[in-house]
Amino acid sequence: MKLTTMHDAIATYVHDGDTVAIEGFTACIGFAAAHEIIRQGRRDLVLCRMTPDLIYDQMIAAGCARKLVFSYLGNPGVGPLHAIRRAVEKGIPAPLELEEYSHFGMVARYIAGAYRLPFFPLRSYVGSDLPKVNPRIRFVESPYGDGPIAVVPPLNPDVAIIHAQRADVNGNTQLWGLLGAQKEAAFAARHVIVVVEEIVDEEVIRSDPNRTLIPGLIVDAVVHEPYGAHPSYVQGYYDRDNDFYLRWDEISRDEAATRAWLEEWVYGVRDRAEYVEKMGRETWERLKPAQAWARPVNYG
Amino acid sequence: MNDYTPSEMMIVAAARALAGVRTVFVGVGLPNIACNLARRTVAPDLELVYESGVYGAQPARLPLSIGDPALITGALSVCSMADLFGLYLQGGRIDVAFLGGAQIDRYGNLNTTVIGDYAHPKVRLPGSGGACEIAIHARQVFIIMRLSRRSFVERLDFLTSPGHLGGSGERERLGMPGRGPQVVVTDKCVFQFDSGTGEMVLVSLHPGVRLEDVRAEMGWDPRVSPDLTETEPPTPEELRLLREELDPLGVYRS
Repeated sequence: MKLTTMHDAIATYVHDGDTVAIEGFTACIGFAAAHEIIRQGRRDLVLCRMTPDLIYDQMIAAGCARKLVFSYLGNPGVGPLHAIRRAVEKGIPAPLELEEYSHFGMVARYIAGAYRLPFFPLRSYVGSDLPKVNPRIRFVESPYGDGPIAVVPPLNPDVAIIHAQRADVNGNTQLWGLLGAQKEAAFAARHVIVVVEEIVDEEVIRSDPNRTLIPGLIVDAVVHEPYGAHPSYVQGYYDRDNDFYLRWDEISRDEAATRAWLEEWVYGVRDRAEYVEKMGRETWERLKPAQAWARPVNYG
Repeated sequence: MNDYTPSEMMIVAAARALAGVRTVFVGVGLPNIACNLARRTVAPDLELVYESGVYGAQPARLPLSIGDPALITGALSVCSMADLFGLYLQGGRIDVAFLGGAQIDRYGNLNTTVIGDYAHPKVRLPGSGGACEIAIHARQVFIIMRLSRRSFVERLDFLTSPGHLGGSGERERLGMPGRGPQVVVTDKCVFQFDSGTGEMVLVSLHPGVRLEDVRAEMGWDPRVSPDLTETEPPTPEELRLLREELDPLGVYRS
């Protein structure tokens, strides 16, 4: 039984200076966990994520990180991430080191980490300037005589935080919709925190084993946190809050407005439940998804 | 219906370039609407592929990002990004990919990383995303960008995604599987690439645009095809599909 509170999961598994991966590509982004990390005042984190998104923009604005490992730095479909740009361009609130890959390069790093390999080869980076600014992207000669091939080193986070639809109390976790690089990131990490919309009985998991992305075997803590991925979305539970992604573009342009937002919505609430309450019922009504059920299959 | 905007001309020209294509790697914004228009006109078998892991999307509304939930509902397949990049892209299953950038040079090389020096950038841009490997693997790359002197530059500040690199067969010599950029659709004109030198060549001007209007917006003097033509304007049916079905709110009209 690994069920615990967000406060205790973060207090136990996220420490100053840790390498942290909160994955989830556009969907299932663990904002509730990020806000708890901010509230607990973690510092000097190495934050890893293919798309830093608003979640790392907020954490970096709050001064949690010293370094960012990533492949696409933007507010998807909206524009730049202003807080991260302030950190990179002006050192506000603190200088931020960047280690930059392409999407496939980041995925390959997680795969190398998860498989416990010294590197992973991929056909990318030829002709690009990326290897010139990131010496960890290298080329090796294929031992089978096929010429040079790009390789990237393993990424083994101290902790991976994965948001999903449902899990049992032992951390057997089912996720559907976009799968991103969550499985690879979780298997690569030393510790795994799973945050879910619903806790279900083990027999629900066993009734549909193909949907289990992460086995309880590698999970250290399970947190039940409804709406824990807002303003991103969870397929079948709530839609993406596109209005908030647009609003953040305005808020985050201004350093004081960013601080005021963090004050009100992160430091100013005790936990996610209070955030959900404060957002109000209209928000959750507005984000209610349409119905599109899968047909059941026979596992017998 | 004879009136149309430069954006509508861009979308229509990009959609027509997809005639007969089977799989296309889509971005958000203009490429997305161009692909949806192509599926209803010149490429009915077109499957939309998104780097977020979606194959065969049929979005009921215009997606706001490449990870929009509307892309998942009713898709043929949703897979991990490891599968998408490893099996679909590196596995050679992508016919055409749309790319764009803050800067492009005469060989179709793209910059989406920084303006200025990398260590002390004037502007920090998003970076590669999947563009670097997409540019290497897709059989053909189509580029949609607005023509401006700031974007069409003599020299990139950073080469994120390889086009024809230094030209004259450099891609082939480096063993890249894809053929690289084939067409650049702008709001003023269309370019293709010389099959020998790999250099951008102006092939058509949109109706009402003069050659000097194009030259004024470019950081180098472009080569001009001896067969320079006028781009066929949007048909009433293309405009109807765009305005009534694909973009009723007119998000991409201006």
